[in-house]
Amino acid sequence: MANKTRVATVSLAGCFGCHMSLLDIDERMLQLAELIEFDRSPLTDIEHCTNCDIGLIEGGVCNSENVHVLREFRKNCKILVAVGACAINGGLPSLRNFIPLEECLAEAYLDGIGVENPQIPSDPELPLLLNKVYPIHEVVKIDYFLPGCPPSADVFWKFLTDLLDGREPSLPYELVHYD
Amino acid sequence: MKQFIQDLSEKNHHQATRLLQILRAIQSRYHYVPADAIEQLAGLLNKPRTQIISVVEFYSFFHLQPKGQFEILISDSITDHMLGKINLTSYLARQLKVAVGEVREDGIVSLDNTSCTGMCDQGPAGLVNGYALTRLDRARIDVITDLINQQKPLAAWPVELFHIEDNIHKPGLLLKQQINQGAALNVAFKRGLKETLAEIDKSGLRGRGGAGFKTAMKWQFCSEEAQSERYVVCNADEGEPGTFKDRVLLNSFAHQVFEGMTLCAAIIGAQKGFLYLRGEYLYLYDQLQCILDERRKAGLLGIDILGQGLNFDIEICMGAGAYICGEESALIESLEGKPGIPRNRPPYPVTQGYLGKPTVVNNVETFLAAAAIAVNGGDWFASVGTAKSKGTKILSISGDCARPGIYEYPFGTTIETVLMDCGAANVMGVQVGGPSGTFISNQEFDRKLAFEDLATGGSFIIFDESRNILDMVNNFTHFFAHESCGFCTPCRVGTSLLKKQFDKIVEGHGSAGDVAALEELCQVIKGYSHCGLGQTAANPVLTTLERYPELYQDKLKKISYEPGFDLDGALEIARRMANRTDAGAHLTQVGEDHE
Repeated sequence: MANKTRVATVSLAGCFGCHMSLLDIDERMLQLAELIEFDRSPLTDIEHCTNCDIGLIEGGVCNSENVHVLREFRKNCKILVAVGACAINGGLPSLRNFIPLEECLAEAYLDGIGVENPQIPSDPELPLLLNKVYPIHEVVKIDYFLPGCPPSADVFWKFLTDLLDGREPSLPYELVHYD
Repeated sequence: MKQFIQDLSEKNHHQATRLLQILRAIQSRYHYVPADAIEQLAGLLNKPRTQIISVVEFYSFFHLQPKGQFEILISDSITDHMLGKINLTSYLARQLKVAVGEVREDGIVSLDNTSCTGMCDQGPAGLVNGYALTRLDRARIDVITDLINQQKPLAAWPVELFHIEDNIHKPGLLLKQQINQGAALNVAFKRGLKETLAEIDKSGLRGRGGAGFKTAMKWQFCSEEAQSERYVVCNADEGEPGTFKDRVLLNSFAHQVFEGMTLCAAIIGAQKGFLYLRGEYLYLYDQLQCILDERRKAGLLGIDILGQGLNFDIEICMGAGAYICGEESALIESLEGKPGIPRNRPPYPVTQGYLGKPTVVNNVETFLAAAAIAVNGGDWFASVGTAKSKGTKILSISGDCARPGIYEYPFGTTIETVLMDCGAANVMGVQVGGPSGTFISNQEFDRKLAFEDLATGGSFIIFDESRNILDMVNNFTHFFAHESCGFCTPCRVGTSLLKKQFDKIVEGHGSAGDVAALEELCQVIKGYSHCGLGQTAANPVLTTLERYPELYQDKLKKISYEPGFDLDGALEIARRMANRTDAGAHLTQVGEDHE
């Protein structure tokens, strides 16, 4: 099965809701499994990307680790896709963009109610927070965007089947119409 | 303060439509709009507190936080930049010991930028407590600094600081000869109002604000509306950077403009008119009030005008620093004391305008021309111009030329002719119609001023070969992002994204796909915005991208992608707070695969 399309997925500053929505393609997963195999993904527990055809990124970029992971995906994936509102615009995590990072950290680790032994965590193992949450296309080149919070299962299905059939992916109005 | 607000509200008959005028008075007295004042006004005007706050926040000249007793604003038009505004502003900031955007600690003075103040032929320009300053240089700044540090009231400042020139260099059909006071009304009543409207129709006069709707048709539509309460509005919210002709017309031809409005009132059957004057032209307010008084005394305004049974009067309403209020429906909203957010059209103002009543909104120059046409006849006006654009157009010329100022030309005049007349040499290109108009290069100077070729509201900014076009685009793109009213997403978000993407490229962080992304963004903003502001906000990028694609392409790096912001800098706060210095606490700007 060496000619299967290789797909990697990850959630950066996201909630895994987009991944759950991908699973909502239900029995079509079996069809998909005939055509693709997963590389690095929460579904496989593979830790690092190797050469892939498609990378699906959920969530925005909130810390240095997100940057490294995103770059690893960009390096290894021919097509990189921003999946969902957080990847595209920063989404919910980016609500903190309106509050200075100093205040966020102080509230969480120094002055917040119930904080004991107040201190800002400092360990080389820990990723540092960026001053703001950024959409992923402001950090690396992104090829496609799947809107939605989360994008519906049908959006995933339409997008992946278009790509697998060699068509330019396009989402009909019904799939991106939310009200 | 309580008494002041009480009196102020009473003077304005507790009318919420007068909110802008009330807030102007409060801002002028206290240098901000205090929360208590808002609370009190909410009760007096019977308007929710939050709605009053939304008005304060909407207009650039209102503030919720105190500004200095002397509030200095420096005009940020590209023409001011070309005249050395940046250096001058930093000199001013040093002299006054206050940073741009700040209030000095003693509260005496504050300094900031403001959109074009309409003094492009005599800049660098500014405003002090709303009054226009022109021809700023180091000597004048030294004088101003002293006056402020001595806390001299504005009335005691030397008048030459506030002297404003008309600079009419080439008068044409309209500017050569003013009509006599009352002439247009006398002729119109004698000839008959229907017949006078027919003359205006015959003249082919089209709106001079830029859109070019036929004036006679607009007046006709309004007069045919079922509702009998109708309004005339003169749009003097001349905010398009590079335009200043209305300022000159209102300074030296105000009688004729008011006569044009009165003529319109007679034809459409209106009792009330408004002159919506941009806040930047505050210095004209008193003299315009005097002219209105003169006209009332001469029987040309008020009850039973010229004994013809026409009752009509004009009120001057001041804007408060919002470019969008030049859009007619936003202007009407502003007249009603609300934020200047454009309405859905249709219904157009001729059917549902001020307070939902039929309203004619025309440009200052349109009313001026209509009055002249009433006197001289439609053929007189239509004898010049082109088939589709009759008559003349008054241009505000600024930028790189020997004689900036006001020029009047028959439609159909080539750009080349204009450039010769004003003494422009080594011209690289001209921005016709202001930021929302078109940039034309020196390969296109045979093009003509006309609705069918280069339509313009009158702004004409000349750039010679020493200028960097991208500086101009940068200024315009930032201008639109600042002036977007925030109502619709394509414009509110789009203009900010456009600014960001443009800056990214110009600052050298762009790569292969970034110009394509810029263009795509332009199309979204242009195609999906609610009103003309958004629909034209991408023009500076689009028109220069079309003419000088290499300027943009040359800025791009030969890598696949680079972030537009300082990635490592974005870790600085966390790094400092966590006391981290290890290698893992840093990020490279570009990923390793990009070399």
